[in-house]
Amino acid sequence: MNLYPLAFIAVMAAVTILTRALPFLLFDRGKEPPETVLYLGRVLPPAVMAMLVAYCLRELEFSAVGSWAPQVIAVGAVAALHKWKHNTLLSIFGGTLLYMVLVQAVFV
Amino acid sequence: MSRKALSAAFPVTLPVLFGFVPLGIAFGLLMNAAGYHVLWSILMSLLVYAGSAQFMGVELLSAIAPLPQVAVMTLIINFRHLVYGLSMLEKYRDMGWRKPYLIFALPDETYAILSSGQIPQGIASKDYYLAVSLLNQIYWVAGSALGGLLGAALPINTHGADFAMTALFLVIALGQWEERKNRPSALLGLGAALLSLLLFGPDRFLIPALALMILALLAFRSRLEREGAAV
Repeated sequence: MNLYPLAFIAVMAAVTILTRALPFLLFDRGKEPPETVLYLGRVLPPAVMAMLVAYCLRELEFSAVGSWAPQVIAVGAVAALHKWKHNTLLSIFGGTLLYMVLVQAVFV
Repeated sequence: MSRKALSAAFPVTLPVLFGFVPLGIAFGLLMNAAGYHVLWSILMSLLVYAGSAQFMGVELLSAIAPLPQVAVMTLIINFRHLVYGLSMLEKYRDMGWRKPYLIFALPDETYAILSSGQIPQGIASKDYYLAVSLLNQIYWVAGSALGGLLGAALPINTHGADFAMTALFLVIALGQWEERKNRPSALLGLGAALLSLLLFGPDRFLIPALALMILALLAFRSRLEREGAAV
């Protein structure tokens, strides 16, 4: 039996639990967290999210139109939908459906 | 936990129900498209229970990514949970046997409800927290199961469905961008990513980008705090 998926889930679960439990393990006795930790806690989330968007789009290439246009159009659609309706699910599913149509039927 | 606590918590969790079930379905569909049986989706949603990380997980799983890389990616995406924990220290002080589960089951949406909301009259806070946390995870697991089953039953061409992860991160990032104080750090993160992408290429840019980003955030600290970035 291939143990990789089990090990994979175990690693993800362990790291996730660590990120959720660490504050309680370190600071539950009334100790104040260091200023630097609090500062990073405030500024990291937006920085990480911007970085993850770049991560998702890292394979963009401008050699052939099919390897950038679907992503660029769908990203624009998500942003426009979000600006317009402010509905998370609508933006996600609208953008994804559009992207699927683009890669399956338009830029084949 | 009583029926009373569950019925008091249920209406509060309705927005999460409408969010988690479709997103869970999307996750289950992607897992199915990657060749993983519905039981794997359920197992991951039970044990990991972190939406963004799980979407990233599908991609890493199908790429058979090395486990250290899986650990680092999960750490990066879930780093924000450290912040949630810090602000729940007081609320979760006297939770008794519920506490380990409450700490485990604290994704963004549950945090959003519990950190800001009022506790309904006549319910002990610990029962209310447990009911909200439990209901939300049930929605997530149910959605994942449904997606896995749908994916196996319907012959859908899922090519391109992985864009859901891009869209999810983008929507979160746009929401953060709307708060002016988040903009300098978002730009630093984006800048670090692009610079690292140019230097190291798409396959190896993430870890250097993260290091660069943390260094930049520390280097510009006084400036970011002065501009109200950290208020």
